[in-house]
Amino acid sequence: MIEAHELSKLYDDFLAVDRVNLDVPAGTVLALLGPNGAGKTTTVRMLTSILAPSAGSARVAGYDVLKYPEKVRASVGVLPEQHGLYERMKAVEYLDFFGRVYRLSAAERKKRSLDLMERFGLTFALGKKLGEYSKGMKQKLALVRAMLHDPPVLLLDEPTSAMDPQSAKLVRDAIIELQRDQRTFLITTHNLSEAQSLANRIAIIRHGRIIANGSFSELARRFAGEQIMELRVRGILNGFAGDLAHTFAGKLNIGDSGDDWVQYSVAEPSETNPQVIRHAVGSGVDIVSLAPISRTLEDIYLQVVKEDEAQGGAAREHLR
Amino acid sequence: MNTSAKSLDIDPILLETTDAPGGLFHTLSNALIITRREVRDSFRDWRIIGPIVILTFLFPFLAQFVAARFATYLEGFGAQIIGERTIPFLLMIVGFFPISISLVIALETFVGEKERRSLEPLLSTPLSNTELYVGKTLAAMLPPLISSYGGMAVYLLSLLTGDLAWRPQLWLVVQIILITTVQALVMVTGAVVVSSQATSTRAANLLASFIIIPMALIIQGESAIMFLAPDAESPSGIGALWAIIGGMFIVVILLLRVGNSIFNREELLGRTLDTINLKALFRHIFQSIRAVDEQGTPARSLFDWYRRGVTLSLKRLRLALPITLAIFAVAFIGGILLGQLPSWQMNLPRGLPIRSVAGDIQFYTGLVFGETHPILAIVWQNGRILLGATILALFTFGTGALILTPPVYVILGYVFAQLINAGYDPSFMLPAVLTHGIIEIPVIVLATAAALRLGAVVTRLPSGLTLGGAWTQALGDTIKIGIGIIVPGLILAAAVEAYITPQVVQLMLGG
Repeated sequence: MIEAHELSKLYDDFLAVDRVNLDVPAGTVLALLGPNGAGKTTTVRMLTSILAPSAGSARVAGYDVLKYPEKVRASVGVLPEQHGLYERMKAVEYLDFFGRVYRLSAAERKKRSLDLMERFGLTFALGKKLGEYSKGMKQKLALVRAMLHDPPVLLLDEPTSAMDPQSAKLVRDAIIELQRDQRTFLITTHNLSEAQSLANRIAIIRHGRIIANGSFSELARRFAGEQIMELRVRGILNGFAGDLAHTFAGKLNIGDSGDDWVQYSVAEPSETNPQVIRHAVGSGVDIVSLAPISRTLEDIYLQVVKEDEAQGGAAREHLR
Repeated sequence: MNTSAKSLDIDPILLETTDAPGGLFHTLSNALIITRREVRDSFRDWRIIGPIVILTFLFPFLAQFVAARFATYLEGFGAQIIGERTIPFLLMIVGFFPISISLVIALETFVGEKERRSLEPLLSTPLSNTELYVGKTLAAMLPPLISSYGGMAVYLLSLLTGDLAWRPQLWLVVQIILITTVQALVMVTGAVVVSSQATSTRAANLLASFIIIPMALIIQGESAIMFLAPDAESPSGIGALWAIIGGMFIVVILLLRVGNSIFNREELLGRTLDTINLKALFRHIFQSIRAVDEQGTPARSLFDWYRRGVTLSLKRLRLALPITLAIFAVAFIGGILLGQLPSWQMNLPRGLPIRSVAGDIQFYTGLVFGETHPILAIVWQNGRILLGATILALFTFGTGALILTPPVYVILGYVFAQLINAGYDPSFMLPAVLTHGIIEIPVIVLATAAALRLGAVVTRLPSGLTLGGAWTQALGDTIKIGIGIIVPGLILAAAVEAYITPQVVQLMLGG
């Protein structure tokens, strides 16, 4: 649904986006993460055919962004960084205007507007002027606008920013539902827990370059190292940690430990963990729990950035 | 990739939309969606609606009252004519005041939306650049223009039903309505160009001086014409006003082309700074001068620069060159035709030696045969005209280049016609003109074409270039052609004109 090949954007002497490659199939949510000024917005604008790439190519919903800009824009719903509403208009007029722009019939405009406003809990505010909307309401209405023409691809910049937790959940649920319906999403966000919960794929962009791209588990494997397990026992470990290290040498590495717990990293948890449990039971140790230490997207993100910095990301920034 | 709607799960409505035939109707229909929204939005703003109501319904009565009092007052001094001419003048003012609001709306059109951050959602829609541009332009123009027509109608109605005996001449009223319309068009199209290039409303307002000052001068000129024109009472309207209407209409066409050409999403969103970077500007121009291909590769040597670089710049004149040649040909033919008009004929004496006739020609036209001038004086004479044409072209979308240089060809055509009319063989002029002209004429044609392109490049940007990029490239090409061909050509032509042409002419005239 979204394909970018060596996509680049040069502003005079500034390389805003540097050979970005993306492949986002239908029904996928891609979270595009990165610090401010990394090139996220420029990438999204190129994928919306607002900005022309300086080099490379991209296809969105099957259309080349350079050859068929109007078809690309008809196939995407965009939520920009700023909601950008016309504050003197009422919601119903506003949605009717965008419905006309997308050439929806009068019946279609009315139906889609009402359905979406209801879905996002805004029906009560249909007749209100947009200047009277709260920040969260404005953000939701901007989302309604992006979804109005039922586009196969949605490009959303911080979709839940300024929203209360309940509204944010409404939006997340809507995204998940639409994803099941084979809609494709590209979400740029700084909310990493949201990205982790929504995205099938994650791309991290820095200094205009994609420095990491894959599913959460792929990135975790690549950047967060081996899985860390925590074993909790009843009573006191009493040298069991050393016993584990000796017995499973080469299969696991003992990390931190306490009176009744020990952490170890393991390359093949599905193979080694059952052996560890059998060994503990055989040694007369009562296991309370054996659970993986959860790794967050934040850990991975910070690790990715750290590695990029070590590999000369700062130097590339200088060269941009 | 399979691009069928089914496989991509694309709503059929979208495909229907995007595959719909283009054309004028489709463009206008989409543009009007924008126009309707913006006009409705404007009418919700009391800062716009307030002045429009006052200027449409109250100001015309005030103007009519002033006209009546003024006429009565002047009657006491026996100067009724001034009072009478004030009446159509005030009709023009009544029409002009509301359209001044169009400038405010148009200046705000794009940059205002950009500042309010509402532009990006609009740019993300499938509307084309032309649809956005036309929609916005119409939206800026319609409310003030309707108010203007309304105000003039109220004024005329109050005149017809009031005490004043003055009854409008149909064509004068038509002229004033047309002037109001073209003025609105000039201001709106100019302001939309400014608005699409500025990064803030403040910057747009500052740049608006380029519209306000010329417009103020035109209004003053029109006022003077309405009071002083000898044909002010003519039933077919005032001639000078027709000329102004025609001239402003051409400006509107050029501004529309410029607006449509430079209006693009990239410029609107990409431009964020108003600062001037002279260093970068000069670097880009210098790069363009050195470039030998479209990628901007610098020349390896002077030979390479001439062979590929200058040739590249000449190729870019492929549109300007035929236009220039056509204008020069038209100028020459125009001179011949002018020479056929009885009132313009010189009536040269017949049967005299050609040498005697040359004196008459010099007396009437300034054309000199067989006289010697220093090379530098000749270079300076031709060079300053070409430099003037280039500078004028910059401010007139290129048309200025076609005003300064062709008159000499009108004169040549005219002299040809006079010689033929008097029974002389005009071929004696050929050596006088062509000896150095064989170098000079192509050089002037090239220089004019380069100036035309430099001025007109903003009306039709080369594909893939921004306004700044296109202009620096055109300036680089002009300088390149100037250094590579024009200057050496002018010097060579001047040398021939100074040393060889006089000899040839003397020979021809039997001297």
